[in-house]
Amino acid sequence: MKLLVVEDDREAAAFLIKGLKESGHTVDHAADGRDGLVLATTERFDAIVLDRMLPGMDGLAIVAALRASDNATPVLILSALDQVDDRVRGLKAGGDDYLTKPYAFSELMARLESLLRRGSGGKTETKLKVGELEIDLLARTVRRGTAEIELLPREFRLLEYLARNAGHVVTRTMLLEQVWDYHFDPQTNVIDVHISRLRQKIDKGFAKPMLHTVRGAGYCLKAA
Amino acid sequence: MLAMLALIYWQTVIYTTRQTDETIDAEITGLAEQYRERGLAGLVAVINERSNPERGSSMLYLLTDQRQNPLAGNLSRWPDLEVQRDGWLRFRLDPAGGKRSDGPHIAQATSFVLAGGVQLLVGRDLAESTAFRNRIVQALAWSGGLMLVLGLVGGIVFSRRALARIEAINRTSDRIMAGEFGRRVPLKGVGDEFDRLAQNLNAMLDQIERLMAGMRQVTDNIAHDLRSPLGRLRSRIEVALIEPPAPDGSQAERYREVLQQTIGEADQLLATFTALLDIAEAEAATPRAAMAPLDLAAFAHDLSDLYEPVAEEKGLRLATRIPAGPIEIRGDRHMLSRAIANLLENAVKYTPAGGGIRVGLETDGDQASLTVSDDGPGIPAEERERVFDRFYRLEASRTTEGNGLGLSLARAVVELHGGTITLADNAPGLVARVSLPLAPGALPPPQ
Repeated sequence: MKLLVVEDDREAAAFLIKGLKESGHTVDHAADGRDGLVLATTERFDAIVLDRMLPGMDGLAIVAALRASDNATPVLILSALDQVDDRVRGLKAGGDDYLTKPYAFSELMARLESLLRRGSGGKTETKLKVGELEIDLLARTVRRGTAEIELLPREFRLLEYLARNAGHVVTRTMLLEQVWDYHFDPQTNVIDVHISRLRQKIDKGFAKPMLHTVRGAGYCLKAA
Repeated sequence: MLAMLALIYWQTVIYTTRQTDETIDAEITGLAEQYRERGLAGLVAVINERSNPERGSSMLYLLTDQRQNPLAGNLSRWPDLEVQRDGWLRFRLDPAGGKRSDGPHIAQATSFVLAGGVQLLVGRDLAESTAFRNRIVQALAWSGGLMLVLGLVGGIVFSRRALARIEAINRTSDRIMAGEFGRRVPLKGVGDEFDRLAQNLNAMLDQIERLMAGMRQVTDNIAHDLRSPLGRLRSRIEVALIEPPAPDGSQAERYREVLQQTIGEADQLLATFTALLDIAEAEAATPRAAMAPLDLAAFAHDLSDLYEPVAEEKGLRLATRIPAGPIEIRGDRHMLSRAIANLLENAVKYTPAGGGIRVGLETDGDQASLTVSDDGPGIPAEERERVFDRFYRLEASRTTEGNGLGLSLARAVVELHGGTITLADNAPGLVARVSLPLAPGALPPPQ
């Protein structure tokens, strides 16, 4: 994928670009707001990673300008400001996701890839299929192969999110945010326990596990 | 005041004037009746009777023939009459004919011509009413003057007093600004506006002192409690660098391990920083929080739902006693979820396996009460306030994971929402009670 990184901190940008390139993406870099906006409007990118505090132009202003010119490129905003208010403002300005610094690179990758996936059409489906796992969103039922699996409402929501991001890593923070709509950092391993519960229900007794733990990053639902 | 005095004077003048007029009119009426009934002779008799100086009246009578020779009355001759604007006659009365020797008096009169050219003059010596009027004026002047003096004196005294009070406040403020932060503005104890002003100023000073203490505490905390983990982190890295490389080539693995641990420590530190900033923001009470209608019942359900597996994993029962709702408050879901999650996490952390945790919600009047209770070791009574201090950990829990900020944040957030948080003995265990005001107009669900 073709990505644009707009970040004025040279070292942070270097890390980011290196990581993104190693993940197989082509990356362009702008070190200040104006250059970033020019690049974003003159070239086609699959996604933009934008630092909020930029010399020359506020990151949010750049996003707003993009949106005003009907540019719908997914934007991931990076910021050291982590108050809920700031997040809301970032998303309102037109950003698609908001990540606070410092961030784990795996977190950024996971979210970025989620954004890239989102870009490709928003069809509303009633069924999700991952390998032999079938999720009926209307009837709220799950089956793996021939077996019907009983899930609690929260387990269903969790599985739905994992299925929508099948094959990709979802981090604990993403899960807490998207499935439960909470924005705090739990001291206890809440998410891990929920995943383990889910695992018990959809993997136990089957030959191959579908719900994998990705060390240092999060979880991934993959067809067996 | 002066207007009132003028009014009194004016009324007095009117009264005395009218009195004179009416008296004269009454006399005339009376005399007319006598004349009708008893003729001239009768009139003469009545006039003589009434002119008797022993009577002490101030009425004046003169009855003369057509050549102005006196027939009866207490005037020696027909006086020089002046016709006044109001229709009455006025003339000067000689002191010899009058009763006093203090100068000529004025008299008010009216005259008639009767049958046969007989002339009648009926009047009144105005000296008395004039004297009366003068006395009133004098009294009014004295009171006016007294009022003026008292007013001036009172005004001076009052403004001096007021200035003195203001000066006291100014002096105290100067001292406070110079650095004596413990000082407060003195109250006189009389409950007037100055006292109220002083009270308000003192309340503001208390708040400032609290905020300053909070800030001092934060810098103290940062200095002490953040240095330790940073120091640990540094030592860990340093040791790994100093260590001689392992001969079996597993050095890379060793470094990897240290780096992994370092990230872990760094994350912990970052979490602590974030928590400190959150607490500072919540305590500053100028929240950029998003207060919106929030159903506490759904909120409590969701949070319990999130933590139920964690509790079960640890061998704890998580029960809920939450009514159907909605139980509406105005709150920031994100901040509140952080705060209550802290309480739940504490309950899970400190309750030994086999125990139970309960999340309860009830309403009482205009308050909603959210409780997180457990049957773990609880917190001793004397520590139940201190645990809300930043970084404070009970001796018994010093080795358990955590940065000691959970309860501080919980309190800051709850107070930001206009509520209170208290800890009590759950006999056994701990019950954390969060009281929050219900949204105005919210009806508690039927119990």
